[in-house]
Amino acid sequence: MRYLPLTAADRRDMLATIGASSIDDLFSDVPAAARLAGPIAGLSNHMSEMEVERLLTGLSRQNLPASEMPFFVGCGAYKHHVPASVDHLIQRGEFLTSYTPYQPEIAQGTLQVLFEFQTQVARLTGMDVANASMYDGSTATTEAIFMARRITRRTKAIVSAGLHPHYVSAAKTLTRFTEDELVCGEPKLTAGAPGDDLDWILSQLDEQTSCVVVQNPNLFGHVADLTDLAAACHAKGALLVVAFTEVVSLGAIRSPGEMGADIVVGEGQSIGNGLNFGGPYLGLFATRDKYVRQMPGRLCGETVDAEGRRGFVLTLSTREQHIRREKATSNICTNSGLCALAFTIHMTLLGEEGLRRLAALNHARAVQTAERLAQVPGIEVLNGAFFNEFTIRLSKQARPVVRELAERKLLAGVSLGRLYPGVPELENGLVLAATETVSDDDIEALARGFAEVLA
Amino acid sequence: MSMNRQGRESGVGDGAAAEGFETYTGNRGLQLEEPLIFEKGAPDRFGVDLPAGPKIASRLGGLDRHKPIGLYGLSEPETVRHYTRLSRQNYAIDMGLFPLGSCTMKHNPRLNEKMARLPGFGDIHPLQPVDTVQGALALIHLVGEWLCKLTGMPGVAISPKAGAHGELCGMLAIRAAHDARGESRKLVLVPESAHGTNPATAAFCGYEVVGIPANERGRVDLEALKAKLGPDVAAVMITNPNTCGLFEPDMIEISEAVHAAGAFVYCDGANFNAIVGRVRPGDLGVDAMHINLHKTFSTPHGGGGPGSGPVVFSEALMPFAPLPFVRKTGEHFELVEEEQAHASTDHNESFGRMVAFHGQMGMFVRAAAYMLSHGADGLRQVAEDAVLNANYLLASLKDVMSAPFGDTGPCMHEALFSDDFLGGTGITTLDIAKALIDEGYHPMTMYFPLVVHGAMLVEPTETESKSTLDQFINSLRGLALLAKSGDDRRFKGAPFLAPRRRLDETAAARKPVLSWREPAQRQAAE
Ligand SMILES: Cc1ncc(COP(=O)(O)O)c(C=O)c1O
Repeated sequence: MRYLPLTAADRRDMLATIGASSIDDLFSDVPAAARLAGPIAGLSNHMSEMEVERLLTGLSRQNLPASEMPFFVGCGAYKHHVPASVDHLIQRGEFLTSYTPYQPEIAQGTLQVLFEFQTQVARLTGMDVANASMYDGSTATTEAIFMARRITRRTKAIVSAGLHPHYVSAAKTLTRFTEDELVCGEPKLTAGAPGDDLDWILSQLDEQTSCVVVQNPNLFGHVADLTDLAAACHAKGALLVVAFTEVVSLGAIRSPGEMGADIVVGEGQSIGNGLNFGGPYLGLFATRDKYVRQMPGRLCGETVDAEGRRGFVLTLSTREQHIRREKATSNICTNSGLCALAFTIHMTLLGEEGLRRLAALNHARAVQTAERLAQVPGIEVLNGAFFNEFTIRLSKQARPVVRELAERKLLAGVSLGRLYPGVPELENGLVLAATETVSDDDIEALARGFAEVLA
Repeated sequence: MSMNRQGRESGVGDGAAAEGFETYTGNRGLQLEEPLIFEKGAPDRFGVDLPAGPKIASRLGGLDRHKPIGLYGLSEPETVRHYTRLSRQNYAIDMGLFPLGSCTMKHNPRLNEKMARLPGFGDIHPLQPVDTVQGALALIHLVGEWLCKLTGMPGVAISPKAGAHGELCGMLAIRAAHDARGESRKLVLVPESAHGTNPATAAFCGYEVVGIPANERGRVDLEALKAKLGPDVAAVMITNPNTCGLFEPDMIEISEAVHAAGAFVYCDGANFNAIVGRVRPGDLGVDAMHINLHKTFSTPHGGGGPGSGPVVFSEALMPFAPLPFVRKTGEHFELVEEEQAHASTDHNESFGRMVAFHGQMGMFVRAAAYMLSHGADGLRQVAEDAVLNANYLLASLKDVMSAPFGDTGPCMHEALFSDDFLGGTGITTLDIAKALIDEGYHPMTMYFPLVVHGAMLVEPTETESKSTLDQFINSLRGLALLAKSGDDRRFKGAPFLAPRRRLDETAAARKPVLSWREPAQRQAAE
């Protein structure tokens, strides 16, 4: 077996040193009834690298990759172009095969990256501090609800209908057995502002409210000004949690911090990370200085070494499970370190100017797509304001249309029927994302495809 | 000073002479200092060229971001150099032994990286129509099948994102199962040696944590556990092999007692590497167990994740397992999401979704490559070699260090030492760890588990050769003997030879600096 260095002679010698007569002696604590006599049945035996590669490549070929066709799928995961140097750098063994930086003297590489990452995220979101990452946008959102409860000592969270339904489901699951109460909006395909429910939120806001959770741009692509909502929340002593699924939008739209958010959470996959069928992704989490001790997750901070040289360490760990155990702010341990590294490298390659250009290009492609689709009979574009994602209403159910277009090698978007099964008002809705990877030809092919399928 | 094989003088070198002069750059040969991107870069510098887009009228609703964001960019050559230089300040498995107990830092095969990057796996969207991702679902199904067979458990939840998330998954299923029976049990029993995520998870699910002591052999005290069982106990969270690196010999009796009390057995499977292919947790009465694919199944730890923590379930808990999951009907793979779940018989009481999408696909591909490469025979060898390596370390070190459970029989995949042997020297576990850094090793896990004073938990894994272990043993023996001799010069203030000397963690926490500020802003704040 190519990954196992011990030879038969090594094993013999080592058993002799230990004073054991066979390897079975070392498993003597295992109850006899549970000892397996040989390899587990029903599984293949070891394979050469070549054989494994052949088998897995075969499976991979049964999937349709995004780059092989016009691609407009978004809703929480986005196809962007990641520069080649990003993937090269994250595969350096010193990053790839290191652990969480528990020994800072020999982990300054990872730690400095985390410090750069935290700074980038704080600035993008308009917040003071960001943590060193969460699993993904959905789990970060749930953690924000818990954090708001700890800060306000209130338990009612108002969740906008514009929040990604998977994020809503995850929050519902995880609050099922806690004292938190979720009050969730119902999505509507309102022309001009699909999924916008600011008025409903204001009607629910009261002195028991710990936080309001809104997504911006929301699931339907709608972009809203949250400044008044923030003020209304603060007037009632509640926190505003702003979530996003498309981090590139922060290069074009006013930051949640500027609008008055208290906690900002989101999905960072778009920068540096591939689609990967849903994971691993990168949860971003940022807040104001005054709330930092209630934050979940790891934090990297600056300090000095015994000779006065600048260095970085994991800090404020008295919030965390390994110190606080059942009183910790979260149970999170392993997070998304390597995805954060990819994010930081890609963001460094972009810089301020590059991110703004990338965001502008995304917006331009989305506007171009929306305007082209608006000309297709049977399509109504619902959004007024949007970034790189928007919702259309079709003259028939969207789900079969998506499948039919997929058969023509066009991935047209996410049908709302898939995300909200059993809600008839949404069944004709379809959310499309257009990023910098979309070409004029892709848009034309999409419009023609729709025209044929809807005819 | 000693003589090398050519008869010239050689040795570790005289620190003072090496430190004798300062360089203008602050670099020391290959040890290169590197500023932050905010100190090197500029807002208008970049390493990405983008094509011009179509001319459009903005539809951002007047919400354009006008104020500077405060990002700094670098060109591509500068970026590559910046992160390459930073990488060299890290220790990693690729460089040497990484005996961090409980973390299973084994070799990360590069075939796995290559497979995960195949466009058919890396470049597919989680919400594409399922007919366009049949191969991906087949792969997830394959990983699930291997996990079920290796653990002897009937079902698996794929979506948890890491070990702690898997714990949450298992405990939510347990809570849902009790709810379905109309019971509201309040307590979860957790051994004092447990990892911090265990009590944190139980608390997250609304349970009160009750500790169970270890016996003098480092195992769960069966009688103490039985005494705490009762109608208010929902579950026991047990780690097996446990965090002292020992197998729980009473595991079957424990499970029987727990079940008899109407409670469930959650097993923390972080240490599955010790028994994979030799013992199936299903045969021990376990109801739910997470598996850290980033430990046992070699997906790289990446400096802090991503991980993946699928959970295997017993028959009793299967109906409560989370969504989504993959089901095979004939040759077709189905992704069972919200809508179909209600109609399904095996998942009709699912506690719901824990996370967006369907789990850590990138990790599943790597784990699949690892499982297929080893096969059933190779995985069994993995456990045997991991246990052999740990016992070899234990046997070779216990005469000079103190192994609190060293006389109770063999250990599993990791060897636990206490700081007893340092008694009276003033040298601590931390000092030993930092001295190991100077020896060119990543230290062992320190001060965990909590049940042993000044714990040092050493996990070599199966991917280390005997000669690597011999060199490590030699080094650790040398340090132990030196420490016991009362000579603390190599210890106090160590490491001396790392990119940084000991870092001031107290100062970092007292006045946290968690992001970079422009010098002017910093001064204003002070
Ligand atoms: C015994 C034990 N349990 C649980 C965990 C948590 O796993 P993760 O870090 O993947 O969340 C770890 C790893 O850190 C562990 O060693």
